[in-house]
Amino acid sequence: MADEYHQNNVSSEDTETHCRPAEPGGAAVHVQGDTELNGQPPSTRVIQAEDDDDEELTLKYGAKHVIMLFVPVTLCMVVVVATIKSVSFYTQNDGQQLIYTPFREDTETVGQRALNSILNAAIMISVIVVMTLILVLLYKYRCYKVIHGWLFISSLLLLFFFSFIYLGEVFKTYNVAMDYLTLAVIIWNFGVVGMICIHWKGPLRLQQAYLIMISALMALVFIKYLPEWTAWLILAVISVYDLLAVLCPKGPLRILVETAQERDEPIFPALIYSSTMVWLVGMADGRENRKNKSSEPESPAVPDQQAEDDGGFTTSWVGQQQHQLGNLQSTEDTRREIQGMPSARPSANPSDDEERGVKLGLGDFIFYSMLVGKASAAASGDWNTTLACFVAILIGLCLTLLLLAIFKKALPALPISITFGLVFYFATDNLVRPFMDQLAVHQFYI
Amino acid sequence: MTTAVFFGCTFIAFGPAAALFLFTIARDPLRVIFLIAGAFFWLVSLLLSSLVWFIAVQASNKESASQQKGLLVFGVVLSVLLQEVFRFAYYKLLKKANQGLLALSQEDTMPISVRQLAYVSGLGFGFMSGSFSVVNILADSLGPGTVGIHGDSQHYFISSAFMTMAIILLHMFWGVVFFEACEKQKWLSVAVVVGSHLFVSCMTFLNPQYEGSLIPAYLVTLLMGGWAFFCAGGSLRNLKLCLTCKDKDFLLANHRSR
Repeated sequence: MADEYHQNNVSSEDTETHCRPAEPGGAAVHVQGDTELNGQPPSTRVIQAEDDDDEELTLKYGAKHVIMLFVPVTLCMVVVVATIKSVSFYTQNDGQQLIYTPFREDTETVGQRALNSILNAAIMISVIVVMTLILVLLYKYRCYKVIHGWLFISSLLLLFFFSFIYLGEVFKTYNVAMDYLTLAVIIWNFGVVGMICIHWKGPLRLQQAYLIMISALMALVFIKYLPEWTAWLILAVISVYDLLAVLCPKGPLRILVETAQERDEPIFPALIYSSTMVWLVGMADGRENRKNKSSEPESPAVPDQQAEDDGGFTTSWVGQQQHQLGNLQSTEDTRREIQGMPSARPSANPSDDEERGVKLGLGDFIFYSMLVGKASAAASGDWNTTLACFVAILIGLCLTLLLLAIFKKALPALPISITFGLVFYFATDNLVRPFMDQLAVHQFYI
Repeated sequence: MTTAVFFGCTFIAFGPAAALFLFTIARDPLRVIFLIAGAFFWLVSLLLSSLVWFIAVQASNKESASQQKGLLVFGVVLSVLLQEVFRFAYYKLLKKANQGLLALSQEDTMPISVRQLAYVSGLGFGFMSGSFSVVNILADSLGPGTVGIHGDSQHYFISSAFMTMAIILLHMFWGVVFFEACEKQKWLSVAVVVGSHLFVSCMTFLNPQYEGSLIPAYLVTLLMGGWAFFCAGGSLRNLKLCLTCKDKDFLLANHRSR
């Protein structure tokens, strides 16, 4: 039933796109844990000042954080590209489109197509803006339950419905016979474990794996249901929107962040990819009393638990926090550090840096993977384009993190990467591909 | 056209480079970042040279095959020169970055030495160059087809794989020699690097006579390898000590226990 499917799609789209504007900014890795923005007491700045002394360590740990982001982003892209190249379902044009992009692109004239895609992109972006504003309002008026429920339903849909479709298509591609009973058991287990890992507690690696998988699934949905020109336009416009929303004083994301700072509330990491928390295993003893929520030292997902008690911060909110403030998670750590016992940790800085993980909003994963996936789907089967986009996005991410370390200010992660990605996609597809093809025909090497 | 061909050619082309990456670069995040940045610089150089070639092709007579081939040769030479220019640009950028970091930090030592940067950036160039040359060919080798059905060489895949391996290793050696030469202001060495790159690329014009292209390429690889080894501070004595795990200076300097 196409309608039902679209309905489901819509609601998940709702939540997803809703979260995305919340987190289009992606990484705000603050290497030194310099997240002075999260309402930290001024005393923390004293500690941060000492960080200037070990720039080398900072550079090393900055590099470590960059790699901690490179790996999941790469994995997500690999999953998306592998699926696109093998499962033809995601590149087929079934004629179905999302409800947000009603205009069709199979028109007679180029001008009409351009107009339709512009309208589609405009509708999609306005939907995203509206949802971000709703989120801000909900957050401002403390409707945490609504936000929490919304996110719960969206991840439910992703983990059960979309993965069911994905699995079905993979089986079709490889001609694997599967009975519904086994399938039900598999999907049920996958979904339930996913919900537990993401919204509650679970092994860190498993949680990361699930977040990567749902980002990949979402990116695949976008790749399938967004027509060609619309997709590129949306990517371009959303990076502009991200830039504005994060940097402008009246931007919704900025308002969200400031409200969060005023309330001094911790985060809800349900839709944020996090690479830290492993340190808690070793640190548990000194910190247990302070961390009133985390009672099990071996649980890596302690902040999750914390967040639950705190009324559930929307992932989008967290997303924003992430982008703007960087390691909110580590902020708590540093807070604990400071409020706690310097005696227990004489050399605060190195271990601090190591234990400060890094977080990236899932929206960034989704858009990066969408770009690379679209590049591999649309670039006439050329792998060079995919590779070029991949490198461009990684370099964009690296530059964003570098800028963040230099300016120590909230910066959005989408613009630079997406710009590089788009430039390299079009340049490689139109300029480099014919050149390399000619070289390959004659077996010339450059 | 079988998976055996695919895997064989992939491992031939990327085996040494992947091993180098895994054993020396993968553990250090800073090196990985500089590797990817090197790959990016190579990509930009390729983009520029493709742009020029594309404009030239659009302006030319598309029917004339000889003119197209001539333009392609021109494109190859231009691309090689641009690659070396971008290698120099990357060198300059790294020097500036290093200076900036030194100025900021209280430490005397940089987190990564220029020689390591040379190696890593060369390998980055090599990875990207190799990938762009061979990935499409590898992807095609998985699909159906007959090699050389129109009378072309039967050894297309394997020769491509070997050539790619040579190119990747060569880029790494060129990187080391180039940076060392720039550090010591030995412009003759720089010219030799550029010249050898041009030589190797131009020899590939002789393809499909693989004797004419592969053998010189490998000879140049061996020569450059030796040169790079000595540039990086190696010597026969070092080599012997290293191979017998008796080089105490090296072990000490790298904080490794015996």
